[in-house]
Amino acid sequence: MGPVQEKSNGHYHALRRNILLTIIIVSITPMILVSISILYQFNVSYREKVEAHLKTLVKKHKQNIDSFLKEKSGDIASLAKTFTFAEMSDESFLKDRLAVLQQEYDPAFVDLGVINARGVQMAYAGPFNLGKAVYSSAEWFKKAMESDKVYVSDVFLGIRGLPHFIVAVRDNWNGEPWILRATIDFVAFNDLVENIRIGETGFAFILNSEGEFQTKPLHNIIPSKEPYAGFLKNEAELQDKITLIEREDASGIDEIYVAAFLKGGRWLLVYQQRAADAFTDLRNAFRVTLAIILLGSIGIISMAYIHSKKMVSRIVRMDKEKQIMNTQIVETGKLASIGELAAGIAHEINNPVAIMVEEAGWIEDLLSEEDIKESENLEEFKRALQQIHVQGKRCKEITHKLLSFARKSGSTVQDVQINELLREVISLSEQRAKYSNVVINKSLEENLPTIRVSESELQQVFLNLINNALDAMEKTGGNIAISTKIVSGHGGQNIQIQVADEGTGIPESDLIRIFDPFYTTKPVGKGTGLGLSICYGIVKQLGGDIEVKSAIGEGARFIIRIPLDEEEKK
Amino acid sequence: MGSRSRKTPSNHSAVRQNRRIKLLLVDDEKEFLKVLSNRLRKRGIEVETASSGAKGIQSLRRADFDVAVVDLKMEDMGGIEVLQIFKKMAPEIPIIILTGHGSEEALVEGMTSGAYDYLMKPCDIEELLAKVKEAAEVGDHKGDNI
Repeated sequence: MGPVQEKSNGHYHALRRNILLTIIIVSITPMILVSISILYQFNVSYREKVEAHLKTLVKKHKQNIDSFLKEKSGDIASLAKTFTFAEMSDESFLKDRLAVLQQEYDPAFVDLGVINARGVQMAYAGPFNLGKAVYSSAEWFKKAMESDKVYVSDVFLGIRGLPHFIVAVRDNWNGEPWILRATIDFVAFNDLVENIRIGETGFAFILNSEGEFQTKPLHNIIPSKEPYAGFLKNEAELQDKITLIEREDASGIDEIYVAAFLKGGRWLLVYQQRAADAFTDLRNAFRVTLAIILLGSIGIISMAYIHSKKMVSRIVRMDKEKQIMNTQIVETGKLASIGELAAGIAHEINNPVAIMVEEAGWIEDLLSEEDIKESENLEEFKRALQQIHVQGKRCKEITHKLLSFARKSGSTVQDVQINELLREVISLSEQRAKYSNVVINKSLEENLPTIRVSESELQQVFLNLINNALDAMEKTGGNIAISTKIVSGHGGQNIQIQVADEGTGIPESDLIRIFDPFYTTKPVGKGTGLGLSICYGIVKQLGGDIEVKSAIGEGARFIIRIPLDEEEKK
Repeated sequence: MGSRSRKTPSNHSAVRQNRRIKLLLVDDEKEFLKVLSNRLRKRGIEVETASSGAKGIQSLRRADFDVAVVDLKMEDMGGIEVLQIFKKMAPEIPIIILTGHGSEEALVEGMTSGAYDYLMKPCDIEELLAKVKEAAEVGDHKGDNI
């Protein structure tokens, strides 16, 4: 049993593992695939959306800044066009012009200056006391003199020691070039750029072609110049385009850079934001997906665990039932084949035994009239003949029992009230019980439904059981308790009949074989070993079952259950 | 008597006529026939034996009987068949089945085919005698109702 049990345990483990794995794989794989593909699609479209949004933002600001510069340049250019060098060289006139500019147009103009061809400032209007400053060596002056248009300088500190930039217009007066210069308020300009703020880490700034900051970056961090250098290098290609790149910065954080050239390619507007910040929603979506996958997996695994356990235990139970049924089938088959054999033997034996018995009877008949009457051995003859009779009867009993053991279905079936049948059988046995000093107690549940059985077969069953009980108490005496009641089990209602004695009990070793044919513990000549097999066969044929509970010194209890609804089932 | 007496069964009863009962014993075991007929004769029964179904039918044709005792399983033909032929030929004669091959189905079939009673081999001679006498007495009344 041991290795077989282990083997089948291993089989069930493997089965359970397979069920578990199948459920998990079949359930989790599509969930993960769906999640990943949705996440991927979302990722792509969300990135496109964010990038497009950032590009639009940068483009809008580039236009803003460009138009701001254009507007300022236009103001200054029209001022230079409208008035002559001589008029503008008058400081009070210049002051008026500045006031008008500030009032009518924009407070972004800080001051105005008129510079002649040698770089000497002829007139100045503004908050600083610059006087006749000489700009002949200043970068912006040289550039402005070369340029035929309005010149906008980079941001620089200059003489005043504050960051500012200049819009300068060159014009001619009396064949001599002169320059009208306006300083733009850095703060006002800076605000234009500084206002570009998104999320927690998004900010913008402007670089000149040397990579120097033209506005104050919002954060104190010094962004690595490397990505901007890249932009600046590709200036020719990137002209008028909005470019977006994503790369790690010096500290290993993913950053998004969006760049656009301003001022005809001389300034670079850069918007920078951490990727994590820009794609917050994406990260959230990723987290949610991960959580769903995790929770789903836990759910699936636990479901698979429970389900496989349930299924395997059901299979184990079904296998056990099948095994029990197989044993029963084998048992029944064994009984049937033994029965056929026994019936054949019984048939063959009956005829010779009949002849023997009749011959003995014939001798008896003759003895009564022959001379042999005088013989001294007459008594001995009679005894011997009597013995032939007795033994012949014994043969007859055995063969008749064999025949009833072999009896198959087809015996007359009728509605039988089990209590009445029991009362009849008990009354048959009462005489013998009296001899053995045994009292038969009945405890019969009234109003039991009738069952369709063969009355004679069932009589035989109970006669066998009561006779066995009486045999067990022949010497000691005692009580036999016979009871009937309705019990449920085997998927329906059953009548349960119990015959219990107070005899010596049955040892455990005998209990296993008690229903086997030809198995008897009675002394030779007392039992055929067929009584209980016949009972077993009859009860099984009715779809019921018979069991015995006993131990040495505790008497024996035979319990028979006969299903009530057997007919309807068929 | 012959066939005429069969038609007037009320006068047929050996018991009523206070004469010996005439019995036909059919069995394929010759030894059994011999010993059983000896014993029955000793008990005042007039016995004729037949060792096969066919011989039994011949005997029945030849003579008149009060009771027939028939085995259920014989070599030439089945006891049930014999029984049915007997019943057709002489429905008023009660038939007792005496067999060692007493499967319940066969017995039930025998009884439904019109047997008067049955006994299992080996049987007690006194029991058989009682059944034979009872059949000879009652069998006629049964015959009245046919």
